[in-house]
Amino acid sequence: MKTLLTLAASALALSAPAVAQDVTITNARVVIGDGSEPISGGTVVVQGGRVVYAGPASGAPAGGTAVDAKGAWVTPGIFATVTTLGLADVSAVSETNDITASGTPFSAALDASTAINPTSQHILVHKAAGITRAATSLRPSGSIFGGQGAIIDLDGDANPVVQPRAFQMISLGEGGAAQAGGSRPAAHALLRAALREAQAIAGGKSGIPETTEIAKDDEVFLSRFDAEALVPVVTGKQKLYVDAERMADIRAVLALKNEYPKLDLVLVGATEGWLVAQDIAAAGVPVIANGLIDLPETFEQLGATQSNAGRLARAGVKVAINAATLQDPRRLQQVAGNLVALTKMPGATGMSWGQAFAAISSVPAEISGMGGKAGVLKPGALGDVVMWTDDPLELGSVPTQVWIGGVRQDLTNHQTRLRDRYKDLDESDRPKAYDW
Amino acid sequence: MFADGSARGRIALATTLASALALAACSTTGDSAKPASASSKSEQSDKKFAATPAGEPVFASTYKPFPNVATAIRGATVYDGKGGKIENGVVFMSGGKITAVGGPDTPIPADIAVFDGAGKFVTPGIIDIHSHLGDYPSPGVDAHSDGNEATSPTTPEVWAEHSVWPQDPGFSRALANGGVTALQILPGSANLMGGRSVTLKNVPARTMQGMKFPGAPYSMKMACGENPKRVYGNRGRMPSTRMGNIAVNRETWLAAIDYANDPKAKRDLAKETLVGVLKGEILIQNHCYRADEMALVLDMAKEMGYKVAAFHHAVEAYKIGDLLRENDVCSAIWADWYGFKMESYDGILENAAFLQREGACVVIHSDDQNDIQRLNQEARKAQMAGLRMGMNIPDATVIQWITYNAAKAMGIADKTGSLETGKMADVVLWNGDPLSVYSRPEKVWIDGALMFDAMNPKTRPVSDFELGQPGEGDVK
Repeated sequence: MKTLLTLAASALALSAPAVAQDVTITNARVVIGDGSEPISGGTVVVQGGRVVYAGPASGAPAGGTAVDAKGAWVTPGIFATVTTLGLADVSAVSETNDITASGTPFSAALDASTAINPTSQHILVHKAAGITRAATSLRPSGSIFGGQGAIIDLDGDANPVVQPRAFQMISLGEGGAAQAGGSRPAAHALLRAALREAQAIAGGKSGIPETTEIAKDDEVFLSRFDAEALVPVVTGKQKLYVDAERMADIRAVLALKNEYPKLDLVLVGATEGWLVAQDIAAAGVPVIANGLIDLPETFEQLGATQSNAGRLARAGVKVAINAATLQDPRRLQQVAGNLVALTKMPGATGMSWGQAFAAISSVPAEISGMGGKAGVLKPGALGDVVMWTDDPLELGSVPTQVWIGGVRQDLTNHQTRLRDRYKDLDESDRPKAYDW
Repeated sequence: MFADGSARGRIALATTLASALALAACSTTGDSAKPASASSKSEQSDKKFAATPAGEPVFASTYKPFPNVATAIRGATVYDGKGGKIENGVVFMSGGKITAVGGPDTPIPADIAVFDGAGKFVTPGIIDIHSHLGDYPSPGVDAHSDGNEATSPTTPEVWAEHSVWPQDPGFSRALANGGVTALQILPGSANLMGGRSVTLKNVPARTMQGMKFPGAPYSMKMACGENPKRVYGNRGRMPSTRMGNIAVNRETWLAAIDYANDPKAKRDLAKETLVGVLKGEILIQNHCYRADEMALVLDMAKEMGYKVAAFHHAVEAYKIGDLLRENDVCSAIWADWYGFKMESYDGILENAAFLQREGACVVIHSDDQNDIQRLNQEARKAQMAGLRMGMNIPDATVIQWITYNAAKAMGIADKTGSLETGKMADVVLWNGDPLSVYSRPEKVWIDGALMFDAMNPKTRPVSDFELGQPGEGDVK
């Protein structure tokens, strides 16, 4: 009986939410994440799950568990946008994949927060790579509207969703054209029809007849339920992420503000953004930009260059690096490092180290509506802190410790378990299956 | 059992003669004003039409090294591609070849171009063993989709070189950002036997032949696992399972062996490729993710009498590093791709390092128009994963993964892949440590000719496709 009780207690301990512990990290190379350069010999203090101090050692309040960083880099957690973390186990295994749903009649109403799996291996692997929060999104598959993305944390506990329905994702350009029936005008007509419906529902424009759905044959492009989901978009309460690549498509997106002034636009991809950087800056629209795409992989990316992000930033655009076009979001650090490398190349435009790091931490957090709360080590921010083996933008630099919301994280995952099993090939006693 | 190559050799000789006659006959009928050929009329009527015989070079390389000046780089850190490192080293190239490699005292003639390499690094040209540039070029529209002849599970008769579009802008990106000087273009993996690969010099050209690497052997692409069984299973035909994959392969090899042993057999392009493999003239590049499937392929190769040069995308190679070492097979792998399909589920960052631990051959490959621009960075990630497990793999060895080892698995290691006297002067000067994210190629020489110079915008190839388009000639 006693054994049973112990077992029960230990099972409870495993499932109980971890509690944030106060911690003071000293002797660190501290990166604030706001674009400033690193601070040597710095201190970071986290109390009650929040950052209370980050900066030079002098002036730091005392308290909590002491951690000597021994000179290691300490940064805010990486904030990854746009990702599909938590929405698929194996993307090519359709039954595990919740990113797309070409068979559903719904589109804009789809809500990523209903499907986030906090123990997905991709979440665990990416936490071990220093990503602590992410914007995770559905991909348009049956309409130009992908649905509503969520902001999540990667701590693996029962509540991964930080902000449900944080943004609506739509695709214009070639992708949107294909989804809308075959052309850019078809995509723009669908977008306007949908926003008009949403306005009518919101009561913003009287006299516009409300239709039940927009459909052709068996294919529903927009149901009434979807139109209702677009009300927060058209009223500016929910961000509208627009995937567009070509200069002309970007201009068309910016022009939407003339018709729908309340739209809270964010450009995603924007491969040719550098060609209209001044216009984007003037419109005050932030960009989640492709970082290293430098090939005309489509006809809407003819002007692709690795200098895109740097040139946008130089023009005054708020630029985050897009994770969606990477092999995996954990390559964000590598992309940022490459943007720093460009500063040494004649004719190229890159970013300073601080600027590049901000483009994968504080800036994507700001774009995601979490400015000052994530991706930055400033008083009041969530206690998302990462200690690294090396310069976090350098190749192969990985976290040694990760805190999310002040909670020290276990970095074990499927890959680390395989690594530990195969650190040798010795099966002289028993097969590898007994080695765990 | 396949053994007799000589019978086919004799047939080939006889056909060579006939072919020469046919050509002569052609020129006679084509232009009556020209004097008749020396061949007699009876010979012409006997053998009027004949192709160039099997085994003779066709679609031959027309590549010639571009004009070059004798050049030396002095004061750089030199990785020779075979695991050697020289601080404050000298690399001297002339006549398109590596003339000398050594320390600071290496003699350099007085009247040649000398680059100060202080603070910079020199490596052999980077080599990608797995690329689809040209076959799946940019822009990636359907009209350009030429990498998979997915109409039959075995198509050894197709040659990737016949799909290469030399105007793919991807070649120039691989040169300028990745320092890639040679690459193998493989057919895709829809088929069990996808066809022949082609090895290219990464030089801009109007034709594929103008890029074709002189003297490089062909390889044949094979594929294990999910792709062939999915593509053909979905069409309700064999193979639809992994056991079907192996069965179709074995039947195909047996038929090739019969063909090889039959001196009277009519020419068959598919079987010519397979016989080339059995003879050891054509290498096998085998797409294979899972460890257990690689072990099956190795046994199939033993059964049929051929050798696998490299397993590609071998994400589980680390589970059988011992077996791969014993069979002298390279693993061409990514540093960090994992989890995108079922057979990649067990991908780990330590794959390369664990193979190195076992003494097995490691090659870092791209399979990607973007990653080919950063093979040096991918190699570094794999090295660092090993370091965290206590394995200190030297930088010079890591450079070998993307130079000499790739050349070895492609059968061109006697020509390029390392900085050794007499080899092709395929050389990259990096503006910093090539294993740092902050470094880029500054200059790239191919056969001693300066084909890319970051300091000179005009020494940057721009493909026909890019002319007059947004960003023409941009840094990319």
